[in-house]
Amino acid sequence: MTAAVFFGCAFIAFGPALALYIFTIATEPLRVIFLIIGKASEGLKSINPDETAPSMRLLAYVSGLGFGIMSGVFAFVNTLSDSLGPGTVGIHGDSPQFFLNSGAYPLIEKTRLNKTFMTLVIILLHVFWGIIFFDGCEKKKWSALLVVLLTHLLVSALTFISPHYGINLVSTYIIMVLMGIWAFFVAGGSCRSLKFCLLCQDKDFLLFNQRSR
Amino acid sequence: MIFPSRDFKVLSGFSSDLEARGVLCSPEPGTSQGRAMLTFMASDSEEEVCDERTSLMSAESPPPRCCQEARQGLEDGENAAQWRSQDSEEDLDDADRYVCSGVPGQPLGLEEELTLKYGAKHVIMLFVPVTLCMIVVVATIKSVRFYTEKNGQLIYTPFTEDTPSVGQRLLNSVLNTLIMISVIVAMTIFLVVLYKYRCYKFIHGWLIMSSLMLLFLFTYIYLGEVLKTYNVAMDYPTLFLTVWNFGAVGMVCIHWKGPLVLQQAYLIMISALMALVFIKYLPEWSAWVILGAISVYDLVAVLCPKGPLRMLVETAQERNEPIFPALIYSSAMVWTVGMAKLDPSSQGALQLPYDPEMEEDSYDSFGEPSYPEVFEPPLPGSPEGELEEEEERGVKLGLGDFIFYSVLVGKAAATGSGDWNTTLACFVAILIGLCLTLLLLAVFKKALPALPISITFGLIFYFSTDNLVRPFMDTLASHQLYI
Repeated sequence: MTAAVFFGCAFIAFGPALALYIFTIATEPLRVIFLIIGKASEGLKSINPDETAPSMRLLAYVSGLGFGIMSGVFAFVNTLSDSLGPGTVGIHGDSPQFFLNSGAYPLIEKTRLNKTFMTLVIILLHVFWGIIFFDGCEKKKWSALLVVLLTHLLVSALTFISPHYGINLVSTYIIMVLMGIWAFFVAGGSCRSLKFCLLCQDKDFLLFNQRSR
Repeated sequence: MIFPSRDFKVLSGFSSDLEARGVLCSPEPGTSQGRAMLTFMASDSEEEVCDERTSLMSAESPPPRCCQEARQGLEDGENAAQWRSQDSEEDLDDADRYVCSGVPGQPLGLEEELTLKYGAKHVIMLFVPVTLCMIVVVATIKSVRFYTEKNGQLIYTPFTEDTPSVGQRLLNSVLNTLIMISVIVAMTIFLVVLYKYRCYKFIHGWLIMSSLMLLFLFTYIYLGEVLKTYNVAMDYPTLFLTVWNFGAVGMVCIHWKGPLVLQQAYLIMISALMALVFIKYLPEWSAWVILGAISVYDLVAVLCPKGPLRMLVETAQERNEPIFPALIYSSAMVWTVGMAKLDPSSQGALQLPYDPEMEEDSYDSFGEPSYPEVFEPPLPGSPEGELEEEEERGVKLGLGDFIFYSVLVGKAAATGSGDWNTTLACFVAILIGLCLTLLLLAVFKKALPALPISITFGLIFYFSTDNLVRPFMDTLASHQLYI
């Protein structure tokens, strides 16, 4: 129960989400609003008639990130606060169940690590699911919606095999990678654009960066 | 009060914010006025509680000509403050008074477009201070035991909640609420009377007293408790120096001139202090019922034709005066068209040639509505030529809104057994409510109460999270399940 544990777990679990937020959302006030509200709101779009209406993909990404952050935070924040030690948090007491089920100390560590990585993967999964789901709704691809739903249930079901954290985590990460690849192609990426991006040959991206400076 | 850019006018229920001086309207002389009423509670030690009202108003940057804003702030969190920008130019007729359409002479479509364009930015400009205030309150609640210990109650809530039966407790909390709300209504009406009979000096004095109390006494107590919690020793001379500097600079920044960021920081801090006092001295059930009742009152006072706030605004309009100085948080941004851009802080600091009347005071003594006070004679137009081309767009939010948002989240943090889940849920609920309120502001373009939507969402989220979501999440977490 130290500050190191607290910060370590916090950044592992929320680092990518925070990075995504800072680099893609924080600069655009409209996107922040979408994040909070959780869904694309027509009313909010009407607030910004001058700017180009945010594309559906952007909304999908932002709302996926919003959902992911919320679910990750809700699942993980109590663990985080416990890792700071008793007495600094929860003057009115924590839920007794939480302590009862913590078990022995090594188990606490293992549990906390498992939660950390699960939170991270859940957040990313939500982002990808959001993109795929919105796209499926837009193009009326019901198979995509079904797959998203089923993988969601699958990931949840995997967490039921509670003590076997290793299998749980590894399979969830594999699903996350698959979803990520699918979302990438759904969002309009292609192998070519990926190559350009990695080799810094993407003219559009470079131009965009120039402009925004 | 939230004051959106000039095309919006929102009136929130709590209008005890003093208008940020100079921030609102550069050429406008009388914009910054504030008033605070401080009522001392006759109870032990740090009983002074200031109520503040906040109102959601759209801050409109008046056109370079004189633009008078009428604002009303009511403290005690009950009265909605209405703030209006009045264009002193003649081409605005009375019907437009409640809706400031920005620069006169421009076609309305362009105005609306400009209005909407900055809407999202304004929302974000309000998210940050509201979030900061709530973070300060929650951090204090979670770490400093003092603010969660029960050490008596305010005289405005005389009925105790240590009763054997649930029914009795409920009855007591309802009675407490009735007393509190009636005090607030009385103070609001008193304020209207004061304003009608032009007792400006009285209001100014009251405001200064309130902010003195808040900046010195409450800060001293807060600092003492924080030092106790972290077991840090500090000798009295150092303490005196610290509190003196903090308070003196605060008075200068709030009531006179100062850098905008510093002013904003001080307003956030005093809102947090006020909210902490409320959280400490309001018993649990009374606090929730009071929050609900104040939202309803805010709604009524702002939107009803006979509401006290509305009367204040109308009186101010008749006199063609800027309305009461309320405690208002201002996040003005300045764009200059065709001229060098002015620094917003200097904008705020240098705007008004006369200062004595501009005070920002946001405290109301507990239970008393803060009346927006500060009546300044309108300045004769823009003093400098180069200001003509400036457009100031900013958002102003009444401090009463800050306070009651923070009270809700702080109470959730202090008493919710779900710990962080409940607190976070309330926090998100308030932000959503704020967003929706600003949306409505953009749509309706008139003063709207800022409290009802946010507080309603906050209450719904608090009770549902605490009773439904928390046991569920606890079970999930204890078994490492994710859904």
